[in-house]
Amino acid sequence: MGILKTFALGGIHPEENKLSSNAPIEKLAIPKQAIVPTGQNLGAPSKPLVKRGDVVKVGQLIAEASGFISTNIHSPVSGKVLKIDTVIDGTGYKRPGIVINVEGDEWMDDIDRSEKLVTEIKLDGKAIIERVKTAGLVGMGGATFPTYVKLMPPPGKTAEYLIINGVECEPYLTSDHRLMLEKGAEILVGTQILMKALNVEKAIIGIENNKTDAIKHIQELVKSFDGISVQALKVQYPQGGEKQLIKAVVNREVPSGKLPIEVGCVVQNVGTAFSVYEAVQKNKPLIDRVVTVTGKAVKKPSNFLVRIGTPISQLIEAAEGLPDNTGKIIGGGPMMGKALTSTDVPVVKGSSGILLMKNEESQRKTENPCIRCSKCTTVCPMGLEPFLLSKASKLGKFEIAEDELIMDCIECGSCQYTCPASIPLLDYLRLGKNKVGAIMRNRGRN
Amino acid sequence: MDSIIIFAVAALGGLGLIAAVILYFVANKFKVYEDPKIDEVEEALPAANCGGCGFPGCRAFAEATTNSAKKNKNLEGLNCPVGGNDVMQTVGSILGLEVEAADPLIAVIRCNGTFKNTPAKVKYEGATSCAFAHALYGGEGGCQFGCLGLADCVDACDFDAIHMNPETGLPVVNDKCTACGACVIACPRDIIELRKKGPKDKKIFVSCVNKEKGGPAKKNCSVACIGCGKCDKVCKFDAITITSFLAYIDFEKCTLCRKCVEVCPTEAIWEVNFRPRKPKPVVEKVTVKAVEDKPAVAEKVEAKPAPDNNTKE
Repeated sequence: MGILKTFALGGIHPEENKLSSNAPIEKLAIPKQAIVPTGQNLGAPSKPLVKRGDVVKVGQLIAEASGFISTNIHSPVSGKVLKIDTVIDGTGYKRPGIVINVEGDEWMDDIDRSEKLVTEIKLDGKAIIERVKTAGLVGMGGATFPTYVKLMPPPGKTAEYLIINGVECEPYLTSDHRLMLEKGAEILVGTQILMKALNVEKAIIGIENNKTDAIKHIQELVKSFDGISVQALKVQYPQGGEKQLIKAVVNREVPSGKLPIEVGCVVQNVGTAFSVYEAVQKNKPLIDRVVTVTGKAVKKPSNFLVRIGTPISQLIEAAEGLPDNTGKIIGGGPMMGKALTSTDVPVVKGSSGILLMKNEESQRKTENPCIRCSKCTTVCPMGLEPFLLSKASKLGKFEIAEDELIMDCIECGSCQYTCPASIPLLDYLRLGKNKVGAIMRNRGRN
Repeated sequence: MDSIIIFAVAALGGLGLIAAVILYFVANKFKVYEDPKIDEVEEALPAANCGGCGFPGCRAFAEATTNSAKKNKNLEGLNCPVGGNDVMQTVGSILGLEVEAADPLIAVIRCNGTFKNTPAKVKYEGATSCAFAHALYGGEGGCQFGCLGLADCVDACDFDAIHMNPETGLPVVNDKCTACGACVIACPRDIIELRKKGPKDKKIFVSCVNKEKGGPAKKNCSVACIGCGKCDKVCKFDAITITSFLAYIDFEKCTLCRKCVEVCPTEAIWEVNFRPRKPKPVVEKVTVKAVEDKPAVAEKVEAKPAPDNNTKE
């Protein structure tokens, strides 16, 4: 295999803790009540199309896109719409959503529910993009950027490589890993569909070297697919970041403030490739996803295939309950995930995992003064200076933060992880990004 | 030897002389006329440079007042909240103008989500900054409108006028408040409002900014405004408006009659610095025996919140 590739700048290697990597994907029971927030994607929230009391089927369109960067939402369950109101989300804020009382499990007629692998791609590029758009697909890695937008390179730009992100660099999470092992062929067909839509010849699947079984499995399968290759990568966080992955796989650097298409690359998650397969070959919209439920104290760390809108309490129950000494429930992985304020929060399109942290490991250490060790700068995968940026945003000097390229921060949390003084660097970076982003948008408007 | 010294003195002296002459003409040529009154006005100002007047510092305010006096012959819209009426009168006399007395304002905290009223459901342990916490999550008690208690307002205050009360987790404004508005800008949830100080510091205001429907609001906080509209009905002066399940009392119209305070079912309306109420006639109707047994009943009726100096208990 030779020396394994990785990205150039910074990076860390936290404890992997992939506890659930041997747990096969289990299909979870349909919830009694599905809570479907209308703002599940990056960009504008969707507009509800159903009314209170409407009867809906699985896969029926219940909310439509309300802008360019926005997606359709389909009903993940069948039943009656109870209300269209505000529902609590992971942050404790209330956002608009649709609550559906489940009755039976009746699917739309045009969805192919058979497990049979369909390899022949009948649709042409344009039709594929249209199907991906109507099926409401978003990036399944967590950023929830509408997939169809990525498939339409701006005029004058052409894609050269399609990179499929099977890195899963976040500790604990294993949903992509299990998906590659169990639905490898489907992912590869999905990749071919994406290649056709983008009109590219080459696709590379990047997988970190801690998933050797997945690498072998996909390498075996890839032999019967043209143009797709597998690239094993050195274990390094945050390799799953788009820009880091491009650097690692094709050794190109995305310029500051630009998108990957600038260097001829499009990156899609393996989960997205799988949903593309389902949407195009089976006509199934995005109504379920694989979610990892894990943690050191969890009795049965598992991977579940759950319908969107299932309350996470049901997932925790299926993993044999909330451990007694749980300190934090985190939506996503330990590095980038955010602590949830309630277990009534539903699974959304971007939920990749639920991490139950023990009380003692979830506590933050007390903040100490900066000792100028420059560890944060060393590990920053974007080559930024986190100590400076966080100080600038703490003091409200957002001009300095903008000049020092705070908007390039990918919020990976490496700086805060490595800081020996336990300074909440990422917190202030997020604050700064928030404010600078607002300032820049305002400037654009005026 | 002597000649060298003489030569040096002559050369340097001559150079200085030439430079002085050039500088004199240059200074005359590029002279900027500045109204001496600006300096006088600046002298009269409190020199806090707080920005409460809307100008960057006292000097800029002095320039603005002097210009306004020259051009418009009035000082409309210009007020130094820190100095108050006294300073504005002085400024007016320097500029030769009559200045109308403006009502003094004071910062008011419109949230009563104490630890007791809004029990914490989650514990926050991120960066101690309201601005960040506001962007991150709803709040420890579940109220997404209430005070986060991380003291951004305290940091913003230049006058030592606002402090956190560790018992309630809410900020408290004291007498030093100059209504400069720095805390109003610092609060990411718009909880702090500048309101009329009122006669003898008497104020009535809705101590809540929750825009949710009554049920969800009350679920998280026992003293939330539920938008029931009782205060609106009882108000004879049209001072109360209810928008999105939240009452707001217009301090310009409010006559401090205290009727709304009585009817509020959740004690969301606050009266500050009023004398304790007389016992209600209802108490008298209670049989004599009962009154003798429980003299505390009358006390209890009085025990509406009437803390000193806008403190919240």
